[in-house]
Amino acid sequence: MSAPPVDIGRVDRVLARHPAGVQGELINVLHDLQAELRYLPRQALERAASHLGVPEAHLFGVATFYEGFHLEPRGEHICTVCMGTACHVRGAPRLVEQAERDLGIRAGQTTPDMRLTLETVNCVGACALGPLVIFDGKYHGNMTPDRLGRLIGKLAKKGSE
Amino acid sequence: MERRFKINDIDVKARAGEHLLDVARRYGFEIPSLCHHEALPPIGACRICLVEVAWGGRRELCTSCNFEVIEGMQVTTDTPAVQHHRAMNLELLLARAPGSARLRELAAQYGVRRTRFGPPATSPLPNCILCELCVRACEQLGNHALTMVGRGDKKRIGLAFNSPSEQCTGCASCASVCPTECIPVKDTAAGRTIWGQTHPLVLCKVCGAPVMTERQRAKAIAKKGLPEEYYDFCESCKQSTASKRFASIVW
Repeated sequence: MSAPPVDIGRVDRVLARHPAGVQGELINVLHDLQAELRYLPRQALERAASHLGVPEAHLFGVATFYEGFHLEPRGEHICTVCMGTACHVRGAPRLVEQAERDLGIRAGQTTPDMRLTLETVNCVGACALGPLVIFDGKYHGNMTPDRLGRLIGKLAKKGSE
Repeated sequence: MERRFKINDIDVKARAGEHLLDVARRYGFEIPSLCHHEALPPIGACRICLVEVAWGGRRELCTSCNFEVIEGMQVTTDTPAVQHHRAMNLELLLARAPGSARLRELAAQYGVRRTRFGPPATSPLPNCILCELCVRACEQLGNHALTMVGRGDKKRIGLAFNSPSEQCTGCASCASVCPTECIPVKDTAAGRTIWGQTHPLVLCKVCGAPVMTERQRAKAIAKKGLPEEYYDFCESCKQSTASKRFASIVW
């Protein structure tokens, strides 16, 4: 599946909020671009590099260094399963299996309709709530495969309406 | 400002701000290193140039390549601790680059002939020890084509967006500074192939030997303002033409 086209106007509006030629703005620019576009497409990074006066290679190095930056398109919704030790022993792998089965994708992938991205994370520090799933920023503690299936199912229903 | 200190009990002098490895080598002390190049900023990546430094009541192991000299410090280049840690670091590097003759030789000098560690799970560039010397060289030359990509066990050397780069001139400086010679570069009739790109070569108008890549030439012309013909000949043909012209004037 090819990436959706990038609205360069949106990229430029984000860049206009940051002074040109200031290398120290690099991380801020990446954060803002990702907030706007949900990921960092190549065209956006190229424009950011020329706006900041930074080599593209350098920008790419920074963008790939941090886990928080995504260079592949992400879904409208983000489902993050915590795989930290506490969540792991309380059944997180079964949650991932359930989600992978329901969605027909592997962890780290996005559904072909770009509705949802399934991710794993190594620990979010909310071990007392484990096993934990973060769905669009909302923490769902004591998760079970059943409940996770319903959570994902709700989304599918919303989509078909 | 001058800094005076001792290396292996011998008095040495250096300028303030100089790095220890450069000073030590100037005085003829042998300190091995892999990621150091005198023309490039040091980053202390390979950790083979470790030495023991004592000053102000403290004593520690430091990478000498990026350690700025301190007045009155005592440096020891070959203590048992230095030997031990160099050997350990060499063994770790050997796991990444078992194919490097230079590394194997250096490791053998420290009694390391095999490594207990496995090779990296994924390595798009076999024998790369991630010392960043190539990245620093590319940066210093003003090309900025190379970068470190990713991090942790996925860290590697690459081009922006992992795709052909307009910045890469095919100069192959990255390959020539690489301590493990792990960057493939191949010159054929079609040009020079490096980092997945083939760069057409400028051939000497007299002898046909490759002079440089066309991109290198374009960049040099833009930067130096010399006429295009200047880059049409290889160094030895340029020299012999000049000396012939000189001879014709003199005789």
